[in-house]
Amino acid sequence: MLKKARIILAFLISTQLVGCANLGVKPWERDLLAKDEMALDAEGNDLGLDDHIYFSKEATSGGRAFAGGGCGCN
Amino acid sequence: MQLTSKNQIAKRTKKVANINTALAAATCALLGTTPVVQAEESVWEMDTALLYYGETDRVTAVEGVFSAKKDFGDEHIFSGKFVLDTLTGASATGAVSQPNAQTFTRPSGKGQYEIQGGEIPLDDTFRDTRLQLEAQWTQPLWDDMRGSTGVHFSKEYDYLSIAVNGSLARDFNQKNTTVSAGLSLAFDTIDPEGGRPVAFSEMVIDEGQFANEQAYQAAFDATRQKGSDDKSTIDLMFGVTQIINRRMLMQFNYGLSTSDGYHTDPFKVLSVINDQGLTQSLVYEERPTERTRHSFYWQTKYALDSGVADISYRYATDDWDINSHTIDSRLRFNLTDNTYIQPHFRYYQQGAAEFYHPFLLEGSTLPTFASADYRLGEMTAYTLGLKYGMKMPSGNEWAFRLEYYQQDPKNAGFDAPGALQQQDLYPSVKAVIAQVSYSF
Repeated sequence: MLKKARIILAFLISTQLVGCANLGVKPWERDLLAKDEMALDAEGNDLGLDDHIYFSKEATSGGRAFAGGGCGCN
Repeated sequence: MQLTSKNQIAKRTKKVANINTALAAATCALLGTTPVVQAEESVWEMDTALLYYGETDRVTAVEGVFSAKKDFGDEHIFSGKFVLDTLTGASATGAVSQPNAQTFTRPSGKGQYEIQGGEIPLDDTFRDTRLQLEAQWTQPLWDDMRGSTGVHFSKEYDYLSIAVNGSLARDFNQKNTTVSAGLSLAFDTIDPEGGRPVAFSEMVIDEGQFANEQAYQAAFDATRQKGSDDKSTIDLMFGVTQIINRRMLMQFNYGLSTSDGYHTDPFKVLSVINDQGLTQSLVYEERPTERTRHSFYWQTKYALDSGVADISYRYATDDWDINSHTIDSRLRFNLTDNTYIQPHFRYYQQGAAEFYHPFLLEGSTLPTFASADYRLGEMTAYTLGLKYGMKMPSGNEWAFRLEYYQQDPKNAGFDAPGALQQQDLYPSVKAVIAQVSYSF
């Protein structure tokens, strides 16, 4: 039973890895990804303002960008 | 089809040069040749925003942002940011509410304020103006490698933060995969009004027991440390960005942050209570001088037929024992070619720091570190918001954002004795966020 599960698991992992190799697009398929709103840093000012609010009000900061330094915000 | 329509839009916008460069680069990519694009300078892209943040009965902040970005050709990009914010209002002191009125000495030692019975102790003297400047330069280095370096400066009345950063990013797999590594070094200096309190020193409250003003001042000064203190922070960040398919891309970041120095909030106190739940004294908090944090961040953006879905999750953990989960989502729906609405939902949950105590018990052994700052306690928070954006015929864009933010602190397993059971020890904080943005 355990052996069967291992084989299934190995099969699933290998199919996922093959899937990874197929990730991505050709250069001429970037029409949607090239839109301004698809950029990871789109709405940069909003993200910066939100980071500042949550940095001041919560115990965790960073993740999207660097966590350290900043201000003595209360 | 897309290229044609994009070109038509480009004719109507100011960002003609930018799009032409992008099109030229895209053409080269199509032909599989090395881009020999002429180093054509783009125009400055300016983004401005004015934000209002208002808590019920507490802090009000107004923040203005001006950021500018320019591609000087061949992806040699400069970006700069100028932020000015003002803060007024009241902030929780960390003390618990009581059945009777309480008197507090202001952090400066000059003057007192009184909090009525049943009211949450808030210090209403907070008033600060902060200036922040940032500059970042990014350019290709060699092959598919990009480098970026920047500086950060933030100054308020009693706090100064200076940081430098540098990062490298490399594209693989026909630019479908980008791997990056970054380093940031920050140095903060704090010199609070009234000085830094001595750890666990008792708040000196003038209730007529001092012979004169000098005697009071001497007693107050005995609770203060001389000079300023500082904190240095090292941040490391490793990221992978992967294009999944024509509509979806993902980003994974791992962040490691270590800070060393003064982490204590000089304005926060803890109530020392007896077994009836009545406050006997107030002592200043003390936090560890080191903190190491890990964050794991995943973000996905998905292009809808008429909009964008943006979802992220962050797990963070640190050696103060604070673990947190954050889910953030923005869903943009294009109403027309030039207008959109974007609902925003964020949920946050954090556990309490190991040294968090909502109060201290009289007669018990004093811990090495303790803070009653609710921001280090257990809590959940959520944000609900809506943004409306519209692009003008000139290509400039207006956007309006209105959000509601609520924090709900929780009891992390502390038994409240006597009178404290009738008090709200974990009050919610409610805030409204309003923002106007203009890009040109």
